[in-house]
Amino acid sequence: MAITQARARALLLTPAGLWYAALLLFPLAVVLIFSFGERNPIGGYAPGFTLEQYANLPARFAAFRNTLTLAPLGTVAALLIAYPLAYYLAIKVSVRWKTTLLILVIVPFWTSILIRSYAWIYLLGGNGIPALLEAFGLGELRLINTPFAVLVGIVYGYLPLMVFPIYVALEKLDKSLLEAASDLGAPPWRSFLQITLPMSMPGVMTGSMLVFILLTGEFLIPAILGGGKVFFVGNALVDLFLQSRNWAFGSAVAVALIVIMLIVVALYTRAVRRFGVRRDDVGLM
Amino acid sequence: MRSSSEEGAAQDTGSEHVAEFIDVSKRFGDILAADRLNLGIRRGEFLSFLGPSGCGKTTALRMLAGFEPPSEGTVRIDATDMSAVPSHRRPVNMVFQHYALFPHMTVAQNVGYGLRQRRPRLPKSEIGAQVDKALATVRLSDFGTRRVWELSGGQQQRVALARAIINEPTILLLDEPMAALDAKLRAEMQRELLDLQRSLGITFVLVTHDQEEALSMSDRICIMGRGRIVQVGTPQDLYDRPCNRYVADFVGKANILSGEVVAREAGQARVVLGCGAEVLVPEGNPDGRRHVDVVIRPECLSLSATHQDEDAAIRARVTHRTFLGDHTEYLLQAEGTGLLQVNLPRQAERTSGGHGVGDDVHILWAAGTGLVLAADD
Ligand SMILES: Nc1ncnc2c1ncn2[C@@H]1O[C@H](COP(=O)(O)OP(=O)(O)OP(=O)(O)O)[C@@H](O)[C@H]1O
Ligand SMILES: [Mg+2]
Repeated sequence: MAITQARARALLLTPAGLWYAALLLFPLAVVLIFSFGERNPIGGYAPGFTLEQYANLPARFAAFRNTLTLAPLGTVAALLIAYPLAYYLAIKVSVRWKTTLLILVIVPFWTSILIRSYAWIYLLGGNGIPALLEAFGLGELRLINTPFAVLVGIVYGYLPLMVFPIYVALEKLDKSLLEAASDLGAPPWRSFLQITLPMSMPGVMTGSMLVFILLTGEFLIPAILGGGKVFFVGNALVDLFLQSRNWAFGSAVAVALIVIMLIVVALYTRAVRRFGVRRDDVGLM
Repeated sequence: MRSSSEEGAAQDTGSEHVAEFIDVSKRFGDILAADRLNLGIRRGEFLSFLGPSGCGKTTALRMLAGFEPPSEGTVRIDATDMSAVPSHRRPVNMVFQHYALFPHMTVAQNVGYGLRQRRPRLPKSEIGAQVDKALATVRLSDFGTRRVWELSGGQQQRVALARAIINEPTILLLDEPMAALDAKLRAEMQRELLDLQRSLGITFVLVTHDQEEALSMSDRICIMGRGRIVQVGTPQDLYDRPCNRYVADFVGKANILSGEVVAREAGQARVVLGCGAEVLVPEGNPDGRRHVDVVIRPECLSLSATHQDEDAAIRARVTHRTFLGDHTEYLLQAEGTGLLQVNLPRQAERTSGGHGVGDDVHILWAAGTGLVLAADD
């Protein structure tokens, strides 16, 4: 029996379509509706139409500020650490070591981020690195429960997500392009800037988007390493939905976060595209 | 190896050589990809490296370009030792087998890439003008703003060519540049390459495993086998005077027969072939061996229904006959020699009437044709 084009397409797309409708669009719609509602006095949601929740957003200013400084900062830091590593893995290392090193990059994923973050509590806490620095007479330093601790935690946690897309982009890079550049008179650092870097932008873009988007929703690492002092929008949402059960306000915060993220992603995409990357090369977009 | 007196003179002055390999070897682990190469490339010539896959042609070219350092020996360009000169400072440019065009740049940006690497920087207007000129040279004037992936294979190849000649290299290196093109386009590009070489006066070094391409384009051909240079010479040299069985077999069609030398006189050997026929064959480097291989090209033999005394004759039966217009190819089975090929010009066939499959004929071998081959090394 011949399956028509349209039927084949329907068959292929139905599972994903249902999945997205049920688990993405429907909840989004619910959140949007809730954000215009009111708090039920006994907790939860009471129907209504008011902008009160949005007017109340400045109450969570600190959470937005922390998220919108530490998420970009964490993304940039992860990028700066991941790029050289990915470059080394894709271009410099011998085939013999490549697989081993790649596995080492993902090994941390084998244990829960919760457990790994607790390890950082010890490392950054009074008996960890600060104690070591003190022993060498480098002064007193408080690391745990600071924005720096959260930054360390998120860079550590999200590094592999940055390394892999960049690694793949660099691995795909045709090495004869670099030879051609050298042949035409470009010294190594210039062929890096003119060929390698632009050609790996799709990977940089994908990695950055992935890390940035996931970071804006992060709540575990700030909760553990920020000690309640450095909290993200994610923590605010946990609090609003689970503790104070103010669903209407929580929804407004969530909507605001989504809108901000969309704007940031759009700006970033445009900036990168100006860098000369083909649309169809930009993996995630 | 054969070397004409002219070549000897060139080696004395040295200045005629734009590049030289001096005892150059290259090892990749256990693989000896280049084995003591010695070769002088003459200024302005069109030289081809010809050989089967994996014989080290690309390796030789890459050592010239500076992508692979030799394990031993010296590569010289313009009489300067290149050991310490990285590829971006060598006065050579390369057309890569798969073109290696920069996909994130337009055609014009690709072509101008070499000029943009110059320090001090060239003015933009100057770069623009030279790019236009190079694009005109390869007949792609209207394509400057196109993206390279929008072009056909032949067009991409011309972009690669324009990009490589814009820096006016001392030597242009071409690694199987025509391999990805269809037969018609390939013939067209071969002509264009030759025209380009004549008009630019640049030395071209081409790598190919297509013997027709090498024969039709080159001033000289360097035949390689298993990492070594086997013979260097003009296409005619290689065809008429192959130094051994390997070259005879690789260049053109060849009948190679083994035989026994019964007498030697004045540069010629009297050889009794396996089938019993006795032939008189020139010998390039008489080395006193008794058992030798003898090569004769298919067009040097002729056929006759009856035995004619003045020529040595091999009795054979026609097994295949292929009419090719200007000539006819005969495959014949002779006792004690295996399959032999004879090409008869159409004109000769018109007068003699030709022969059919299954006919018993005599293959005629004129005294003094063919060649006694030296032993393979
Ligand atoms: N980078 C490398 N690492 C290891 N071995 C190599 C490398 N480059 C070439 N070789 C080996 O050296 C030998 C010569 O290779 P080369 O590429 O020069 O052959 P070629 O004559 O150009 O063949 P082809 O016609 O297939 O391109 C081959 O056996 C090849 O496997
Ligand atoms: Mg090759």
